[in-house]
Amino acid sequence: MKKHGIWMIASVACSLWMGAVHAETGKLLLTGGVSSVDGAAGGGISPWALVGTNATDGEAGLSVGVSQLPLPDYRLTTAGLAVAWNNRVEASFVQQDFNVGVATQLNALGFGVASGQHIRLNIVGLKARLAGEAILDSDRWMPQIAAGVLYKQTDSGTIRPVLEFLGASSEGVEAYVAASKLLLKDSVLLNATLRYTNANQGGLLGFGSSASGASTPRCVPEVSAAYLLSPQLALGAEVRFNPNNLEAPGANANLGAGLAADNWADVFVAWAPSKHWSLTLAYVDLGRILPAITSNKNQSGAYLGVQFAL
Amino acid sequence: MNDTSMWHRAVTQISLVCALAAALVLPVAAETPASPNGLYGAFGGRAGIHAMTEDFVGRLLADVRIQAQFKDTKLSRLKEKLEEQICQAVGGPCTYTGDPMREVHQGMRVTTADFNALVEDLQAAMEAQGIPFTSQNALLALLAPMHREIVHPAP
Repeated sequence: MKKHGIWMIASVACSLWMGAVHAETGKLLLTGGVSSVDGAAGGGISPWALVGTNATDGEAGLSVGVSQLPLPDYRLTTAGLAVAWNNRVEASFVQQDFNVGVATQLNALGFGVASGQHIRLNIVGLKARLAGEAILDSDRWMPQIAAGVLYKQTDSGTIRPVLEFLGASSEGVEAYVAASKLLLKDSVLLNATLRYTNANQGGLLGFGSSASGASTPRCVPEVSAAYLLSPQLALGAEVRFNPNNLEAPGANANLGAGLAADNWADVFVAWAPSKHWSLTLAYVDLGRILPAITSNKNQSGAYLGVQFAL
Repeated sequence: MNDTSMWHRAVTQISLVCALAAALVLPVAAETPASPNGLYGAFGGRAGIHAMTEDFVGRLLADVRIQAQFKDTKLSRLKEKLEEQICQAVGGPCTYTGDPMREVHQGMRVTTADFNALVEDLQAAMEAQGIPFTSQNALLALLAPMHREIVHPAP
């Protein structure tokens, strides 16, 4: 929490400085997306083909974002930043903090999980726009296409022996291809992303497992749709599929479907009162996360994200 | 959960996204023919387009990001040609009689940021005229592809 307080102050200071020092940069409102949970610009749970920040052709930009997602048994907090150049390349870093205090229940199985345990997931991302113009080429069907990689490293503290027992690794690399298109005439933005991944819950529970073939990454789809209500306001929904690598080793440990994972989904409202900051409010459903220790509950809740951008 | 219910959940979620998309888009599609003269009517006909263009050019000249681009421009001609162009784009009884866009912007080194600044000024002018957002975007969709003739170097 303390760490994120510092992030918040740093991001506000940083954006004030940016506003003061730099000239206005040139993307249209919201056309750089918002910071996704993985750091890359996009929707809330899916990276899009849009390049983040306010910087367009020939410009460099920076964005800083923080978010909170309280869930019935967990809390996900993120803080990250992205830099972009020439509306072409985007580099991002995000730290996810996942409060898994409930995991002490695993101690009944003989593990030694400390109380108040958090999982930290650091993600470094790189994205490049390969083709197309999502916003201005409104006379063409060709979407904007981008490809990216996300290097993820998980620090799970005293939960690590649990993940090791299940055969999950603490680092992984994901690759994705995304296509975004603004149907300007209809005020609708569509995005589809294919992610090549073996991440468990996005990497919070490590990567792969001891199940046969579970550590081999596979392609999983993500789709988003947003409707623009005004230049400042977008309303949308997303679905993201996830590998379900831990269910099988969980079943082998007599937990049945107690370690199953589901796909993620959200509905969101993004509001950009100015080029320099935006708010995202969402209802996010992450499905089951370690249902063996959460009475099989669906983990869903209200999400709030703030982004400062240049 | 078995595979069947996983898929059931996935199908439910995707259906929700699609339903939301449809719920948002269909009323817009249904709303479009409400104006008897289509998009031209939504812009208030020739008089509405004239008033909006006056306001739009005023905003361009007041915009510190791009006002320098217009320092050698004959304003009466700019307004006249813009008005013709917008009127023609929205299906009005007008013909654009100006020079081709590529020629007009030759040597001006217009950037994408400049182009977007102009889009923002146009959005503000349309908003000030009370033009519905969906009609605003319908016009922008007709004009936005011109970035390929206007922005230099071309993308």
